[in-house]
Amino acid sequence: MSAVKKSIVVEQLRKAQMIELLSKEKRLDNRGLMDFRPITIGIGVIEKANGSARVQVGNTQVIAGVKIEIGDPFPDTPDKGLLVVNTEVLPLASAYAEPGPPDEDAIELARVVDRGVRESHMIDLSKLVLIPGKKVLAVFVDVNVLNADGNLFDATSYATIASIATSKMPRYYINENGQIKQSDEIIPLPINGIPISVTMARIGDTLIVDPTSEEEAVMDARITLVLDEDGNLCAGQKGQPGTLTFDQVKKAMNIAKVKAKEIREIIKGEIMKDVRS
Amino acid sequence: MKELIDEKGLRIDGRRVDELRPLKIEVGVLKNADGSSYIEMGKNKIVVAVYGPKEVHPKHQALPDRSVLRCRYHMAPFSTDTRKPPQPSRREIEISKVIREALEPALILEEYPRTAIDVYLEVLQADGGSRCAGITASAVALADAGISMRDMVVACAAGKTSGQVVIDLNDVEDKEGEADMPIAIMPNLNQLTLFQLDGILTPEEFEKAFEMAINACRTIYDAQRKALMDKYFGKAEVGEE
Repeated sequence: MSAVKKSIVVEQLRKAQMIELLSKEKRLDNRGLMDFRPITIGIGVIEKANGSARVQVGNTQVIAGVKIEIGDPFPDTPDKGLLVVNTEVLPLASAYAEPGPPDEDAIELARVVDRGVRESHMIDLSKLVLIPGKKVLAVFVDVNVLNADGNLFDATSYATIASIATSKMPRYYINENGQIKQSDEIIPLPINGIPISVTMARIGDTLIVDPTSEEEAVMDARITLVLDEDGNLCAGQKGQPGTLTFDQVKKAMNIAKVKAKEIREIIKGEIMKDVRS
Repeated sequence: MKELIDEKGLRIDGRRVDELRPLKIEVGVLKNADGSSYIEMGKNKIVVAVYGPKEVHPKHQALPDRSVLRCRYHMAPFSTDTRKPPQPSRREIEISKVIREALEPALILEEYPRTAIDVYLEVLQADGGSRCAGITASAVALADAGISMRDMVVACAAGKTSGQVVIDLNDVEDKEGEADMPIAIMPNLNQLTLFQLDGILTPEEFEKAFEMAINACRTIYDAQRKALMDKYFGKAEVGEE
């Protein structure tokens, strides 16, 4: 359990209290059940990266950096560039996070965020080919969690898409000798649209959005749904050893539709500010 | 995009959109394990062993009020088209986690405090949907081990290929298709225990795929029951076959 402390006695006492509160549609931090914490996004915070974004969702704070390098394509996709998303929950992020290679929670986090970006076709990877079958551009997105206070899935996802959407790189070309060269022209990545991730937790019979770490410590199940620009689902993941009823899944889908729209506005606003400057 | 459904509405392996691959489940295939099972679902061949409840090593993992469930999903190097290196990949680590979380709700772990229950899944051959086949087989192996359960767990994927919603995607459909959505349910309690989605579905397609996957799970559940009945009550009593 990377960033959430599980203590059995405290957990059960807390849970009873939390369910009581949720039955009155209240949360510990006075939010409504369907309210996100304030989202703030800072773009271009790391000059040496091709793109970067620092995202805060309440007290959760993550920073994403994009590095674009020349790499070899996978043998089964010779005509596509590469996308690699990695996350680290740093030991400075929480009293319960420990140094070491990414554990299963961090791996799940990275893979779900990766899936949203990949399956929504946010980056047109077919435009990142330099020499078909031989050399392509590889987009590495590394996300570091600086302060873990719940809902790392959404915070990581927002930082990932904001950093990708605002990445800049030199234009690459092949010279007459077949060598790869960089021109002075700076261009963005080929972007189609942005996916928005919405994570919900079930505590007792109640679904809430954007759980804090306190809420995550007592949640029964978590569900993340990622919606693309057209409002279609492009990725999803249920987490935690609890269940959801079939109706709760459909309800989660409806919540995600509404929230994704709101959050898309916020993130697009920040991205556009950067694009204009 | 590759055409995966022909003009007659048949898929590349000749199935209809709502047809499962051939399914075979066997119980008690490994003598050393406390419970075991073997499943074939299309070309998937997976063997599952359950050990436990047993002492926990390392000790600090033990919980005072319940058993610790641990799962390891692993693919044999020869199970795929190109050799899969034997060390666990990030994919296998994630799948091990979601399988554990899919099985745990069905187990009454409170009955076995301070112990561990280990579930080992070895994919001998992979053919798309191996996590689903693995979950289905694991639930059978857990029942075979005599672990107290609230319900069975059964899994199946739905997805989209060539613009149509289909169930139980094979390897090619999974790779070339537009979407893959594995789910697991507890068929009597009507609860969802695993949900993943990879690829684009409109809200309407999602609803349809979700229904179809649940129905497919119920069909597979009958096969799970039959396999367990065959072992514990003898083949004759169940009739047929």
